[in-house]
Parts: sequence; C-alpha cells; structure tokens
Amino acid sequence: MEKIKSLADLKKKREDLQSAISIREQSENIQVKVAMATCGIASGAKHVMEVIMNECNKRNIPATVTQTGCMGYCYAEPTVEVTKPGQKPVVFGYITPLKAEELVAKYFAGNEMLDTVIPVNYEKVEL
Amino acid sequence: MDNIKLTIDHKEVSVPKGTTILKAAREIGIDIPTLCHFELAGMNIHNHPGGCRICVVEVEGRRNLAPACVTECMDGMVVKTNSIRVLNSRRTVLELILSDHPADCLVCAKSGNCELQALAIRFGVREIPFQGEQSSYKVEVSPSIVRDMNKCVMCRRCETMCNDFQTVGALSAIERGFPAVVSTAFNQKLSYSNCTFCGQCVAVCPVGALVEVDHTPKIIRAISDEKKTVVVQVAPAVRVALGEEFGMKPGSIVTGKLTAALKALGFDYVFDTDWSADLTIMEEGTELIDRLTRHLKGDKDVKLPLLTSCCPAWVNFFEYHFPDLKEIPSTAKSPQQMFGAIAKSFFADKIGVKREDMIVVSVMPCLAKKYECARDEFKVNGNPDVDFSISTRELATLIKQANIDFNSLEETPFDSPLGESTGAAVIFGTTGGVIEAAVRTAYEVITKKQLPKIDFTELRGLEGVRSATIDVDGLPLNIGIAHGLSNARRLLNDIKEGKSQFHAIEVMACPGGCIDGGGQPLHHGNSDIIKARWEAIYEADRNMPVRKSHENPSIKEIYKDFLGEPCGHKSHELLHTHYFDKAKVIEIKLD
Amino acid sequence: MENNYKQIRIALRNCGFINPENIEDYIARNGYAALASVLETNNPQATIEAIKKSGLRGRGGGGFPTGVKWEIASKNHADQKYVFCNADEGDPGAFMDRSILEGDPHSVLEAMAINGFCIGANKGLIYIRAEYPLAIERLLIAIKQAEEVGALGQNIFGTGFNFDIELRYGAGAFVCGEETALIHSMEGDRGEPTFKPPFPAQEGYLKKPTNVNNVETFANIPVIILKGWEWFAAIGTEKSKGTKVFALAGKINNVGLIEVPMGITLREVIYEIGNGIKDDKNFKAVQTGGPSGGCLTEKFLDTPIDYDNLIAAGSMMGSGGMIVMDEDDCMVSVAKFYLDFTVEESCGKCAPCRIGNKRLYELLDKITEGKGNMEDLDQLKNLSKVIKDTALCGLGQTSPNPVLSTIENFWEEYVAHVNEKKCPAGQCKALKSYIIDPDLCIGCTACARACPVGAIKGEKKMPHEINQNTCIKCGACMEKCKFNAISIK
Repeated sequence: MEKIKSLADLKKKREDLQSAISIREQSENIQVKVAMATCGIASGAKHVMEVIMNECNKRNIPATVTQTGCMGYCYAEPTVEVTKPGQKPVVFGYITPLKAEELVAKYFAGNEMLDTVIPVNYEKVEL
Repeated sequence: MDNIKLTIDHKEVSVPKGTTILKAAREIGIDIPTLCHFELAGMNIHNHPGGCRICVVEVEGRRNLAPACVTECMDGMVVKTNSIRVLNSRRTVLELILSDHPADCLVCAKSGNCELQALAIRFGVREIPFQGEQSSYKVEVSPSIVRDMNKCVMCRRCETMCNDFQTVGALSAIERGFPAVVSTAFNQKLSYSNCTFCGQCVAVCPVGALVEVDHTPKIIRAISDEKKTVVVQVAPAVRVALGEEFGMKPGSIVTGKLTAALKALGFDYVFDTDWSADLTIMEEGTELIDRLTRHLKGDKDVKLPLLTSCCPAWVNFFEYHFPDLKEIPSTAKSPQQMFGAIAKSFFADKIGVKREDMIVVSVMPCLAKKYECARDEFKVNGNPDVDFSISTRELATLIKQANIDFNSLEETPFDSPLGESTGAAVIFGTTGGVIEAAVRTAYEVITKKQLPKIDFTELRGLEGVRSATIDVDGLPLNIGIAHGLSNARRLLNDIKEGKSQFHAIEVMACPGGCIDGGGQPLHHGNSDIIKARWEAIYEADRNMPVRKSHENPSIKEIYKDFLGEPCGHKSHELLHTHYFDKAKVIEIKLD
Repeated sequence: MENNYKQIRIALRNCGFINPENIEDYIARNGYAALASVLETNNPQATIEAIKKSGLRGRGGGGFPTGVKWEIASKNHADQKYVFCNADEGDPGAFMDRSILEGDPHSVLEAMAINGFCIGANKGLIYIRAEYPLAIERLLIAIKQAEEVGALGQNIFGTGFNFDIELRYGAGAFVCGEETALIHSMEGDRGEPTFKPPFPAQEGYLKKPTNVNNVETFANIPVIILKGWEWFAAIGTEKSKGTKVFALAGKINNVGLIEVPMGITLREVIYEIGNGIKDDKNFKAVQTGGPSGGCLTEKFLDTPIDYDNLIAAGSMMGSGGMIVMDEDDCMVSVAKFYLDFTVEESCGKCAPCRIGNKRLYELLDKITEGKGNMEDLDQLKNLSKVIKDTALCGLGQTSPNPVLSTIENFWEEYVAHVNEKKCPAGQCKALKSYIIDPDLCIGCTACARACPVGAIKGEKKMPHEINQNTCIKCGACMEKCKFNAISIK
C-alpha cells in the first residue's frame, strides 16, 4: 500500500477501501472467515481453511477465504463465518476438517444449514 | 526548602521535604527497627529496597502499612509506629524471616554481631510459629569469603556494594519466589566469577551469610609447632580499629597493645607492614620519578598515569575489567607481599631459618589479602611468601580465646629489623595516604630539597574522587585519588579515552580505604566510626618521629646491605610483580 | 440498546471480523481515523479531557482512571517520554489481551500513538510475553504495515507528528505485569517491583515519564475518540464505564471470550452467555481477578459487576479471568491452587511475599492432607492479613485474597477438613477413601483386576474389600464396578 501523506489522503483511502469491500460483498463470491487466533489454530483451523479452499476449488464454488482473529467461541473452535451473497453472515462452530467438507457440500453448494450454527449474541460498535 | 509537619506516635515533628518516616522518627528518638535498610552517610552508599518490611508503620488513611525506610513524609501525616496492627505485622514478618533462617546461632560467625539476632532479641521471640521448607544452598568457601546463602535474608546490601559501589557485578539476585537468593551469574562459584574479593559484601551483611574464611585454627597450629618460626606483620589500618573489638571507642590507636597481644599469643617475631609500606614507597616512588622524568624528556612510550598497586581488590578489578590497561599500574608488590618476600629471604637468612620452616602471617583489615597471598606468582617452589592472612576480626577472636586482657596490656614496640616505620607508612591505611607518602618522598628526591610542609591536606578527604596538583618545585604534579571501584572505573575510563590529565592515581577499593576494609570490625552503617578511624590514622602519622619513607633508617639499611638500589636488580626480583589478563578466565563451570 | 444482546463489543469490535494481517481491513473500518481526528484537532489537553470524562479505567486490574494517568504523564515535563503497552498477560486462564493483539493489533498501535501525541511522547514500547508467538508475529506485521502507510514513524499522515513502536519480550514472569517491575525488566534489570512513588508517570523507563496502559485499555481509546466520551460514559455503572472483556472458563458450558457492559450480573454472564454449569451440576463459586481475586458465591450472583462492587464483595476485577466452579470443587484446594501460582511467581524481593506465601501454601497443603488443626486456621487468617498489609507490590498485597475469600465464604469446608478430616467436595485425595458395600458387591473380581496396586482382596463370588493403606485413590475400581458397590467416603 502506498504512503498516506495527509489526513485528507487517509479519508480518501478509507472511502476507496470501503467501496472496494462493498463491491466484493456484492459479488457472487461466498465470503468465508476462519477464526485463526492461537485458540483456533490449536484446534486445527489451518487445516480447516485448507479443506474449505480445496473443496470450493473441487466444486467450482467461487469463494474468498480469509483468516481473522478470535470470535470468542472457545467452546466451539474451530469457528468459521460464512457470508453468502445477499445473505446475513452465519457463524458455524465445531468445524473439524470433516465437518468443513460437509459445510461446503451442504451450505455452500446447497443452502442446507448445519446443526452447529452459533447464534449472534452480541451487539458490535460500528465506527 | 519547605518543611513538613507530621505526627509520629502523637509527637509532632517538622522535617524537610523528602525526609523518610524512618529518619523523621529517629530524629525524635523513635527507633523504628530495620533490617535491609543500610546507609553509609557521606560515602554515597544507600541500600533501601524496602524488601524486609520490618520497618512497616501505620499511616492514617492508608490501606496497607507503609515501609518507613522508603515512605516520604507528607504534610499532616499521622503515623503510628507501635500500634497493635504494626506490632503484630512486624512480629509476623520477623517470624517469617526466622522460619527460613538456620537456627545455628551458637556456631555462627556473626553470633553476637548479627542484626537479625538483635531483632529476635529485641522482639523477645521465643518460638517460631511457622514450620516448613527451609532454603537449601551449597555453602561455598572461596579463597577469601564463605558464602552460606541459607542464612541470606535478601536485604540486597551486598548487591548494592558489589554493583553500585564497586561496579563489579559479581553478586545479584537469582531465581524468584522462595528460592530467590543473591548469587553469582549462573550460580557459579565466586572464584569463577569476576569477584575482586574486596569483602565489602561481608562488611555490610547483616547476618552470617557472607563471612571471611577463618584461618585462626591454622594460626594456632602454626604457633604451637616448635619447628616453625612464625613471623607476623600488621597492616596500618588494624591499629586504629582493633580496639573497637575490646570496647574501646572508635579511633583508639592501639599499636603498642596490639604488639603486646601478638607476643602474648606466641608469635616469634612481631613485625610491621608499615615497614614494608615504606619499602613500597621507595620502589613505587622511584618508578613514578622514572616515568615522570622520561615523560618530561619527551618519551612517548612511557605509561602515565602511574596507578598504585597495593590494594589487591583493585588489582583484581583491573585484571578483570581493564586488562588492556594492565601495563599502567606500578609493578611494585603490595606491602604485604613485599614483607613476605623480604621475610622469607633476607630475614630468614639472617636468623638462619630455612624458608620452609618459616611461617609468615599477616593481620589485615582486608579479605582480598587472603586471596592475594595465595596467588601463584607470590610463591617460591609452591611455598608462599605470606602463608596466612587474617582479618582484624579474626585477630580479635584469637586474642579473646587466649585469655588475653587486651585493655590492660603493656604497650610494647615492634621487633627489629622489620618493625621500624614512618608516618608515611601508617597513612597507607586510608584513601589518599599512599599517594601522599609517595609525594613526600618524590618531592625530596626530585628537588633534592626538604619539604616545606609534610602534610598534604589537599590529598586528604573522604570524597569518592579527589584530585590535586602538587607543585614540585615548579613542576606541576597532577594527582588523582579514588576509593570505591565505581570511582576508579570513572578514572580508568578517562584513561582509556585519553582524557586523563593525571600523572599518578591512587586507588583503594573500600570506602575510606583500608580503614573500612572487609576485614575490619563491623560498623553496621555508622560512618562516624569510619571517620574516627580516619582521623586516628593521621594522628598516628603526626605522632611518628620520622614521617618520610626514605628517611626510615631501617629501609636505608636494607638497601645498603641487601637490596642495592630501588628498582634495582634484586628489587625487581623480590619486590615487583606483573599482572594478568583475566577477562577471559571467566567461564561457566557446572557442578 | 435496541436489542437484548448481553454483550457489546467495543474492545473486541474487530476481533473475528477483520484480517489482522491486513491494514486495509482496519482502515476500511475507520481504523486510524481516531488518530487522524486527534492530530487534526491538535489539542492534546482536550483529548485527555475526553478520556477522563469517558470514565475509562485501567483494564489490567487496578482500575486507575486512564485519563488521569495520561494527564499526570502529560504534565511531567521531560526531554523524552514513553508510552508503554503492558501485554504481559499472565493470570491463569486469562487470554483477553492475546485475543485483541492477535485479532486487532492496529487498534492498540493506534491508541498508543494517540497516547503519545497527548502526553508528548514519540516512542512506544510493547512489553509482550515471549509465549505469545502469534501475537508477536501479528504485531510485527502490523507495525511494519503501519510504518509503510505512514500511520507510524516519521511525520504521521503528513502532520509532523512522529511516533515509533517497538516490541520487548518478557520471559513469562507474572510479576512483570506490575508496572514498575515491567519497566525494570525493559531496562534490562531483574523484573522486580520498586516502591511507588515515584510513579512511572513521574519517573519511569530510564527515569523518564512513562505512561503504562494495558492492551484492552488501549483498544477502547479509538472508540471513545470516534464515538465521543458521552457515548462511552452512557454504558456501564456510575463509577465503572464501558465494557469489560472476560475469559470465561471452568465448569461452564460456553467457555469463551466475552465482552459485557459494566453492571451486568454474574447470573447473566454464567447462565445466559455461558449457558449454565456443565453437566447440570450446582454452581458453587466464581473466581474473578485471578490469583489476586477472590471467590464469589451464590449470594453475589445478582450483584452488578463493576470495579467497586467486586472489591466490596471480597474479590476484584483483575484483568478479566473468570473461572466458574461447581459442587465438585474443593475450595481449600482452589485456594491452594492459586497460592501455588503466587509462590511460583513471587519475585522474592519482599519477605512477606517470598516466605509468607510459601508458608500459606504449606498450611493449605497441610489442611488438604488432613493434618491441619484449628490453630492452623487461625494462623492462616493472621498470616493472610499480615501479607496483605505488608507486601511490597500488588502481587503480594493481593496474593492472600483467594485464601481470605474462601475462608469467608466456605469456612465450614475448612473446618470439615480440619475437624472431621473430610473434604466435602470429595476432591482431596488424602481425605477420601473408596469403600465397597458388601451388600451390593457380588464378587465379580472386576475391581480387583482393575486395581493397579493390588489393594483389593476377596474370594470369587464373595464381597471384596479395599485395603485402605495400600489404596492410592485412583478410582479405577469405581469405574469398573457395574453394581454401584463402590463409593467414596
């Protein structure tokens, strides 16, 4: 990324990034975030991420898979957040590599929920 | 500065801002007990980690108790030093400390002189309610110092001396929690560390964790061995401190009684290290004059400033920390070693005793002397020039156990021929003394004129670093003086950076020089004692009929009869030494 | 709040949403906008005033008002000042700071720069445990990226303000979370606390004014700036504003990291967010404040959680560890567990902590071994009070809290250990014995075969018996018995 040389520059940069994100969110890609803090990694999140990417490739499902920090659901690690185009994000817990295959097959490909959905239980400050 | 008013135990007191509760209380006669707290006023030595928590007091409005030694007085403060809460806490803390301290007072070197024991007596402790694990560390016997860390109370005084005052850094806290203790890096033996054996850790240790190696049994055995001729020498600073061990007031000069006591103990010859101090001046003074003359003639290779070399801790220090400067110090041996070398050659021959049948004992204010006399370069075929060095404290023990009533002894002179000395020699016992003695001689040798005044007061004092320029008949001689190795380090760094303007520098490791050596009677932080010894040293000088080393008749004689000339061939053989690069010697040995 | 969620994510606002290794994600979510606003306003005093008014208090445990701390540091004039971030998180079971650093490192960097601008410091240092390799990695990436875009370093966003951040690694000493010990450790000295005053804000790192704040405290700063102090101060209780992140652990169903508004009750946290006690057991206590805190019992379940209420209840906020205990937990053993930790983590500088905590531990051990007496309990109480009263730093002054609070709330459990030689929770090995009921035992020999030390004897088809002297109380026999003939007494 280029150097931000002024406060106005920062504002412009932010607006550019935000519009890029909204374009990304409106695309046909499924947005996938894998919780990869120490806790998630220890529970096998790296492997889970690989499985999701491979499965999406295999099935030709357009998906953007990124890492993120801890979502807070330690009891249900590894956790994955999936945002399908035009839908609200859904967090899935207990995503073992095997479960990850199932997630892609059922929810990504079809629209079938798994039984390990973690309901949102917090409000988040928006800046 | 603004004064602060506060109340301590219902008494009002007014003190300057920044005063601690401890100090304010002591000013009005309230003696709050302490253990880790230690100060040597006027010497820039402060240890107040606030760690022992014996001095806690109650401050109104404060959640917990405050350590009096580090808590500054505030305006309107109301302090209670003896409330039930304070007394209970203080006693409990003391009991805790005692619960991790070996109860072997009967056989402890510090018994009767131990600050923890004194606290236990003061609190009337009859039992220790806490039972549990006790610290267990190996006892280490180094050439000079015995470390029994099972007795350590973590007051950190030794650390302050070793790190702040001496900048040696041999001792610091290791481990944490219950096993935390003061030790060397990687818990190595002191001998493997860069310890200089200055003994200041021993001088300030409140308990028996750090004490001197005890040679008294060996001395008794040597004296009672009829085949051995036992010769003893006594360092200058011993005579102004030994009296304290027998209830005399600090600063009492006990030279005559000391000599009598040594005779009563059964030493065959009682001689004086002052005699060899005069000899040292002849050698070191000649060296100084030689270097100066060459310097003035434009010799670029000449090493200046000349550094004195009579303090063995100082010698260890530069060998460890400044080995690249090891060509600068005078090569003259210390008075202790010069004495040993002469005693076991000239004197042994004179009385017809074989070297192996002569035992030379030194009584020193110093613990590094124990290490020094064991150095290999001071041995001939494995036989040391000085066999044993004992401290002032050890001598006191010897006198006490031999039923000698020190106070009523008749004053007795030293034996001849190694007993005659001058005022220049006795001032070796304090900082600035060696260089003053050297200047008295150098002046007269260089100018061939008599000194207008013998007392060089400009070289005296107790400030850590001092300097003076002496007018040697038109030639300005720049003198530097340091006591405390931290101060010496400053001067050495200047030399390294080429900033030093001095022609000669005197260094003593201990605060005030030998008068507060690691082997002296314990002062427990009372610097008035050190000042009294300091004044006594100069009084002893004034009392001497001869006050310049080169005028010592016995010294003149030995040059005529035996040594030839100062710094001559024989002198070099017997009276000079060389130094080692010990920086690389520090290695980790696991055992 | 418009909905009924129990949690509000302020400090954790980006954790689990952004890619922590991509500064663009952070900037897109208004990252560094708070710093920009502070630089643009160019009124450090006003910013400090806003932090003061927000009511934010230190999240590391002490709860000192953050704005006041900043103000002191800003008013002490010096040629050099420092901003320190305390990331030496060490409470057993606590991982709030690690999660923030791993999930949203830029929020901490941004807040440190804001702090630097406010107090007049251009150097920031983060003291982080070497045991947090991922947090370190992500911080290093974040610092590098922030420097590349000009959010850190020289002439930040072209405003002329300079601020650098470096990391320093701690070797895992709990006491280095204490700010003076932390500073000594950073200076290369032994990690030991020293007497305050002087406070770090007066005389800190290298004797210069140093503001030390915890990770979570910093993570709140950009939000306060952007949303306004009024917004922040509207959350929480009268004297404790905003939210607190807790690491919920122990015998609870939903173990995890939560962020709740101050003033929430323990009941809401445990039963609603935490989804109740595991295996439907009975709630016994919750330990807050880690080794410095205390146990809160059922009677405190409806007390609003804030700094002052927790202290009044005999515990403390601490850094945010919250360990839930059920009926199977022996409270003497819990106290012993925490003492074991403090004994291990004491620096050894002051006698009450070095020796006193050791003796406290030994007394507790004696009691759990069934060798205690009533005098030991008196000694336990007195010693705890003396240590609290006399120890040098916060670690020692609070280390007896687990003992005092369990004595206060579970006195009868201590008495049972001492007088009846019984552990009511059945946890203390030395105090429990496995007994075979001869009426239920059919002599199948399964238990005897399972016993690793051959303590069970008996004829086939005849009731068996356990030799109590040989038994090591492993419980293998009880697991094997199909007839419920073995019980613990």
